[in-house]
Amino acid sequence: MIDIILAILSTVGALSILFASIGILRMPDFYLRLSVTVKASTLGVGLLLICAAIMFPDVSVTTKAIAIIFFLIITAPIAAHMIGRAAYFTGTPLWKDTVIDQLAGMYNKETHELESNGEVKNSEGGSEPPNIAKSEEETE
Amino acid sequence: MITLETYFDFVILPILSISAMLVFIRLYKGPAIVDRVIALDLIITIGIGIITVYSIRADQQVMLDVAIILALIAFLGTIAFAYYIEKQKK
Repeated sequence: MIDIILAILSTVGALSILFASIGILRMPDFYLRLSVTVKASTLGVGLLLICAAIMFPDVSVTTKAIAIIFFLIITAPIAAHMIGRAAYFTGTPLWKDTVIDQLAGMYNKETHELESNGEVKNSEGGSEPPNIAKSEEETE
Repeated sequence: MITLETYFDFVILPILSISAMLVFIRLYKGPAIVDRVIALDLIITIGIGIITVYSIRADQQVMLDVAIILALIAFLGTIAFAYYIEKQKK
């Protein structure tokens, strides 16, 4: 019985890690890759660690596994938000079929502060156009 | 009769290895540096999974300490990359 539970948990974990890596390879631009990667890989590693916690009949292993899962769940969204913000500031283009970019023109380019009502203007006085790629090759 | 040990050896570990190889393709291709940063982060996360499965198979629970250290290093590395990419002069 416990073997079946372990097999199901490890299979779901390994498959979600596989889907994360297929997603990082196949998704068309950086932001979609980031959105696929973080959630699926955190779920997969969490399930594998739960598997290890059930497998070893020892309190210390369970504590370590819970510590790693807790740390991953806390830190993965923070790291993803930091790297996504840095990518947006350095001008990583969005996918060519992007419909809307609600952050376009909202960031102050010098101080990197977010304005709420879009009052940041460029030098000509107009609002900033969204940074959408012209072709598929630009983000691939 | 398939035991759990052979299932880990012949199904779970190959799936994780193929995942790591697919991410290495993105690490090599990646058009921007931020693509490479998230590919490196995902490789370390897959490494934590591989260490976990290997510690189950080898019955060595000491290896989970290495997984804790790797999780710390992945987080700090991504944060440092994001900090310096944001500060760089273009």
